Amino acid sequence: MLKLRMRFEKTGRAVYISHLDLMHTFHRVFLRAGYPLKHSEGFNPHPILSIALPLSVGHGSVCEIMDVTLVQDTVDTAQMAVDLNAVLPEGIRVQAPYIPETKASAIKWLRVMGRYEYDGKQAVELIAPLRAFYTCSELPVSRKTKRGEGIIDIAPYVKDVTINADGEDVRLAATVSVNEPTINPELLVKVLQQNDPELAPDFAEFTRLEIFTEKMEVFR
Amino acid sequence: MDKRLKRILPKVQKPARYTGGEYNQIIKDKADVDLRMAFCFPDTYEIGMSNIGMRILYGVINKMPDVWCERVFAPWGDMREEMVQAGIPLYALESGDPVSDFDVVAFSIGYEMAYTTVLDMLHLSGIPLKSADRPDLVPLVFAGGTSCVNPEPMADFLDLMVIGEGEEVDCEVLELFRRAKLEGWSKREFLVKAAQIQGVYVPSLYEHSYNADGTLASVTALEGAPERVKKRIIEDMDSVYFPTAPIVPSTEIVHDRVNVELFRGCIRGCRFCQAGYVYRPVRAKSPEIVARQGIELLKNTGYQEATLLSLSSSDYRHLSEACDLMLDWCEPRACSLSLPSLRADNFSMDIMQRLQKVRKGGLTFAPEAGSQRLRDAINKNVKEEDLLHSCKVAFQGGWNGVKLYFMLGLPTETDEDVVGISEIANEVLHTWRENAVNKNRGVRITVSTSMFIPKPHSPFQWEAQVPMEEYMRKVELLRDSIKARNVTYNWHDAKTSFIEAVLSRGDRKIGALIEEVWRTGGYLEAWGDYFDYNRWAYAFETCGIDPAFYANRERGKDELLPWDVIDVGVAKRHLWHERERAYASTLSPDCRKQCTGCGAASLLKGGVCDA
Ligand code: SF4
Repeated sequence: MLKLRMRFEKTGRAVYISHLDLMHTFHRVFLRAGYPLKHSEGFNPHPILSIALPLSVGHGSVCEIMDVTLVQDTVDTAQMAVDLNAVLPEGIRVQAPYIPETKASAIKWLRVMGRYEYDGKQAVELIAPLRAFYTCSELPVSRKTKRGEGIIDIAPYVKDVTINADGEDVRLAATVSVNEPTINPELLVKVLQQNDPELAPDFAEFTRLEIFTEKMEVFR
Repeated sequence: MDKRLKRILPKVQKPARYTGGEYNQIIKDKADVDLRMAFCFPDTYEIGMSNIGMRILYGVINKMPDVWCERVFAPWGDMREEMVQAGIPLYALESGDPVSDFDVVAFSIGYEMAYTTVLDMLHLSGIPLKSADRPDLVPLVFAGGTSCVNPEPMADFLDLMVIGEGEEVDCEVLELFRRAKLEGWSKREFLVKAAQIQGVYVPSLYEHSYNADGTLASVTALEGAPERVKKRIIEDMDSVYFPTAPIVPSTEIVHDRVNVELFRGCIRGCRFCQAGYVYRPVRAKSPEIVARQGIELLKNTGYQEATLLSLSSSDYRHLSEACDLMLDWCEPRACSLSLPSLRADNFSMDIMQRLQKVRKGGLTFAPEAGSQRLRDAINKNVKEEDLLHSCKVAFQGGWNGVKLYFMLGLPTETDEDVVGISEIANEVLHTWRENAVNKNRGVRITVSTSMFIPKPHSPFQWEAQVPMEEYMRKVELLRDSIKARNVTYNWHDAKTSFIEAVLSRGDRKIGALIEEVWRTGGYLEAWGDYFDYNRWAYAFETCGIDPAFYANRERGKDELLPWDVIDVGVAKRHLWHERERAYASTLSPDCRKQCTGCGAASLLKGGVCDA
């Protein structure tokens, strides 16, 4: 038995695979690569595999974290990454696994990139007002929670916002809290729609870049 | 990926089915191939990717170095609407290129209710629906699949149809088309030559004329096309290509497991069953090949369940042997085997226990009719004792659910036969009471009925379907006779079966009807979500078509039937003979017991079946 953690990316066409489908996909990937997963005990045994911070469908990431328990006791980690990558669907790639020393719950911050598309507007003209908007001291947004609709000020949970032109589009990067509270990057668009709809993009696409601990160290 | 597509995908249900990119998809460089084929399945991704025929042909065709075959499925309604609004044409999953870029557009049509979806997929691709409106050689639009055994309803839309098993003939057609394209033939030139390939039916080379009463008067073959088109079969199942490294979908599909084919054809000869006749004769794989392919499939995909697939899997001669060979590999790896179709008569508890170690859900049997007399008439050789014995063994083994499938409206059926169904259900319940290992868990017995649909190339191809009201009367009768609390009764909607009956025995005039239904919104009609009877009723009016002529009319013995042009190997005279035996409630032996000389053996080189 061997507990391992690995980082993987989910980009391109793979961003549309749902969290649940991804779990099933990985389960099969481990089997066809020859690294069977240990199963939980009990009435309804399932493979021991967890992916931290489920990604929304349509969002990409180059910093996903997955914890698994293998049946075997030892493994050549570099070879394992090669073997897994050989049988993964397009857009999903893993890095060599390692033995985790932290708990996934220690992830606190996420660096995320957004590409904003505007129809019939010049991106360059939006950069300054967008910068001004995201540095407001209050960023109230109403969102659905388990307890119904609620207003949250996301300003304390969104930091280091940069905004630049990206061809015809606007490229935003921000660091958002993903643990108490969880700020879905889509709130960055929602907050525009609700407070300054003129600045809201017609379409936005997000990619996770890196995950950090409370102390802003890269999470391993 | 297309920017417009990126915008709509997050908005639709299950977007992963519209992206491609799965493990083992086949990618080629389009600059390296002479032909690009869009292999269209006129249903959703989840259904199409579960279809073994499509999997086989995708592999076979892509083995041709000069051809790149890609997959296309029908979008669900939400996606379809978004695509139309955004102006995105139908595209293939591997490359994302629009279908209109392809040289060949081929459909696999397994059921009649997919006809309107075929038209819609052509429309979404921007391709004219009718063959006559596509004067150029490219694109070639063709189809294969079980529905093509009566090619006439779709004759207006398809340039050609392939009859029978496609592994060889599809490649022959593509090879000829490649030559035609390179040498710049006209469409007509190509079609005339293609018609010389055994198994190819070119509708435009057959002229139909009708009698005053609307029946078919004559069919004239033009330009040397054969009088009758003989279906193609694969003779040696051990050496034929079978995909053992198939695409593994990244999203859930209907049959999320691997399929291993055991044999083609069926030894049984149930008289209502089209598949039992059109796939004749029986040709089996050896158990070693079955096991090898099954194990490779499991290894290469990471699935943990394999289905041993056939029309009647428990009739496979080497079933125990094949299972043993596979289980040696499967058991240490927690993989399981399953059988899709069990017969109550040769049901083996031993095999079942070995196959389904953990899951003890429901069992399914299809006695089809409620009395021995009627089961004899349809040649469904299942005795009530056998069924009850099978149930007994199952209940003793811990199963606690049985599903029983029946048809209503079978030829010669009486009210007694209908009520007999509820008596069988009661007997099964009684068997459970006497044999259940744990009565506290209760039992679920489900009775389902569907309305009998007479199908071409079966002994009942001449029958009238019972009117819908009569079917509903039978449903009421049965429902009133089922009293037990543990027995649930479900019945299949009569309207779809009625439409299916019109389409399956339709002639060329039905093409206009299908087009009209499509024009008024018909699409994905195999789905209850989308089927709308009113659309059909309206189209019958508009097109001046009397559906009863097709569904509820008994055909005469000598009537020229629209599908007579197709030779599936079974002689019409044999079918008539079987029909007469049905009316005498006489059983015919199965092919293993005794050959009844149906004619299908002539499809084999040796001329003798090894049933
Ligand atoms: S020729 Fe005889 S054995 Fe062969 S399929 Fe026909 S009836 Fe069966």
